[in-house]
Amino acid sequence: MIGTGISVNSITARRRHPLARVAVLALALGLLGGGYALAAPNGSTADAAIASGKADDVAQGKSLFVAHCASCHGMNAEGTKKAPTLIGVGAAAVDFQVSSGRMPAADAGPQAPRKPRPEWATDVVINQLAAYVQSLGGGPTVPSAEQVDPAKGDPAKGGELFRANCIQCHNFVGAGGALTYGKYAPSLNPATPTEIYEAMVTGPQAMPVFNDSTITPEQKRDMIAYITHVRSQVDPGGSGLGRIGPVTEGLVAWIAGISLLVLASIWITAKKRRAA
Amino acid sequence: MNAPPKAIAGVSTFVDDRIGAGNFLKRNLRKIFPDHWSFLLGEIALYSFVILLLTGTFLTFWFKPSMSEVPYTGSYAPLYGVHMSEAYASALHISFDVRGGLLMRQIHHWAALLFVAGMTVHMLRIFFTGAYRKPRELNWIIGILLLSLALIEGLTGYSLPDDLLSGAGLRITQGVAQSIPIVGTYVSFFLFGGEYPGHDIIPRFYTLHILLIPGILLALISAHMILMWVQKHTQMPGKNRTEKNVVGAPFYPAFMIKSGAFFLFTFGVIALLGAFAQINPIWLFGPYTPADISAGSQPDWYMGFLEGALRLMPAWEINFLGHTVTLSVLIPALVPLGIVMTGLALYPFLEQWVTGDRREHHVCDRPRNNPHRTSIGIAGITFYGILWLLGANDEISANFHIDLYTTTWFGRIAVFVGPAIAYWITYRMCIGLQRKDAEVLSHGVESGVIKRMPNGQYIEVHTPPAEDIAEHIRGKKEIPVLTSAEDGEGIPPKGARSALGRLRAKMSEAYGTDRVPLTDGHHEEAHEEEHAGVGGGDRKELH
Repeated sequence: MIGTGISVNSITARRRHPLARVAVLALALGLLGGGYALAAPNGSTADAAIASGKADDVAQGKSLFVAHCASCHGMNAEGTKKAPTLIGVGAAAVDFQVSSGRMPAADAGPQAPRKPRPEWATDVVINQLAAYVQSLGGGPTVPSAEQVDPAKGDPAKGGELFRANCIQCHNFVGAGGALTYGKYAPSLNPATPTEIYEAMVTGPQAMPVFNDSTITPEQKRDMIAYITHVRSQVDPGGSGLGRIGPVTEGLVAWIAGISLLVLASIWITAKKRRAA
Repeated sequence: MNAPPKAIAGVSTFVDDRIGAGNFLKRNLRKIFPDHWSFLLGEIALYSFVILLLTGTFLTFWFKPSMSEVPYTGSYAPLYGVHMSEAYASALHISFDVRGGLLMRQIHHWAALLFVAGMTVHMLRIFFTGAYRKPRELNWIIGILLLSLALIEGLTGYSLPDDLLSGAGLRITQGVAQSIPIVGTYVSFFLFGGEYPGHDIIPRFYTLHILLIPGILLALISAHMILMWVQKHTQMPGKNRTEKNVVGAPFYPAFMIKSGAFFLFTFGVIALLGAFAQINPIWLFGPYTPADISAGSQPDWYMGFLEGALRLMPAWEINFLGHTVTLSVLIPALVPLGIVMTGLALYPFLEQWVTGDRREHHVCDRPRNNPHRTSIGIAGITFYGILWLLGANDEISANFHIDLYTTTWFGRIAVFVGPAIAYWITYRMCIGLQRKDAEVLSHGVESGVIKRMPNGQYIEVHTPPAEDIAEHIRGKKEIPVLTSAEDGEGIPPKGARSALGRLRAKMSEAYGTDRVPLTDGHHEEAHEEEHAGVGGGDRKELH
């Protein structure tokens, strides 16, 4: 098996060790076995763990899970009354929820808001947690850097998909919008391309899943290209007023426009002709 | 003495001999206009309209009112190659590829918002000061027509760029047309030239937006101004101001300069908004397809109260003899608009009916001096305002983290309770302000001088109010009350015998009775001795 406690550093330090040959042999066998496990049609949980991370990541992830997640999601991620099961949600869901700070949840509101990550939730730790959850029942994996590279997408095509699938909740530029019972579609502005992709494949909270047969990975990349292009675009018409449409425009017309003109009319009529 | 130069005299004589304008100008240039800041509010609308005409003409040079489908090939990259209507493509062309086009579009849109907002504040000023009373009822009706037409003008203009947001408005318009019982479907097919959205609506709205409605607006605005000129402007009560004179500055030069400066102010504010605040960013909305809709789809502010009504309405639908009557659209589309517009149009006549007041009025009321009118106005504003606010309930919910349905239920209750509360509060405030007026007249104003009495008591010396303030307060005019008192033989007067007549008499009494006469400042006997002014010398009347 790959990575049976033998890291690259220890190999470097001990390659002249008498047991080095045994270690190399074990590594080769591990690679072979791992390759077979990847190619093998029956996906056992152990195989899934291999697909997304190393077995020691899984072990590490389990202890992290027990420390930070199990109080709500159950000791074996089987779910409790407070929180759903995580078996089968995949590494992508873990990466999305923890990297955006939504998990661990702060309180039991209608929806977990985006917030700064806890200090312990480094990228490495998230990978380990994700590997553990992935090992439980598979599910969508974290996309590669290439899959979410906005430069490789077509924003015009993505825009059409975005308008057809996303804006009814997230607003036309992804500024977010209200849903029922205190839920909401969050703003897409702080989301990384990876998080946007993961949200589409996992359907967090109130969001539906847009799997790869509904929207292909290339189309997802196009959408990411559109979202990141539009949100980074400098508003050509001046201040964007929050980009939420006519509500702020109306407020500005009354609060800035009418107030200024009323002040002007007061000023003009207050000017009297000096007595001759 | 100041003979004009020959060059000017020659031309002006030539023109005068043929047109005879000299006499007209001589008579009218010295026309007196009273001075009060609120009298300039209508000019916000007037000057915005001028700016709308100018910028609108600029936009017509490039705008193509066509719904034929074309691929976009302009310079806005995120839409490159996307199929869209020619109207939308040309609006994008104006925004990105015509020099100054985006600025003109933004100035046009801001001017439109300020046009209706200016009309609204002007209308409120007229209402609260009672300037709609005889002989100005017709001009008031013209004003209401102008406001209604401005809403339609705004709706058609909002729809023209054929972006996703304007399409949402168009869809609601069609829904409203369809909700009309029996003829709804026919109206919709007639309006859209077939199935929604079809290819006719943009060209049709274009003709309405740039030709028919502006033409009527222009004609009505001219009539509005001519009537104002002929009937003379109302004035606020004050020294030497009567129903028979106008105190103020002549049109030329004083008022003309002020008015001209105010045009520049209006233009300046609109130009600043157009330059620095982005409005209607159609490129962000994308082209309209009936299948797409965005969160946060809102109309421009003046349609917000209708949007709010639609959002508050429960999903009521009845089936009558095989016809579906969609009350959930019909009621919010017609009832609030009907209450607001019909109520405004009829108010002068209702008030006349209640008070029996047939006098001419050229001096404005201060809002506090007609407490019921003011309270009705504020109740109306509250009704409108709650509907308007709830038109944005999704943005309120999303940005202030309030549950969406909580906002809906708040609105459903507040739209009925709010006006009643507002009425009561306003009424009490008016009465309070009237008491203050009466007190100022009879007790004077605080002088800031504290005096110690021989008996050790401290009092603040009051001085009589300044003359202009006192005259302003004394301008209060009684509201007539219809008499319903029975004559010597126990028979009520002719008009007050029927049930309606009795109601009218009762309303008249409530509406017109002066609860705080100006001589009523002596309600607190203990302060009697505060009367004398600072300069009053020794207070001989001390007891």
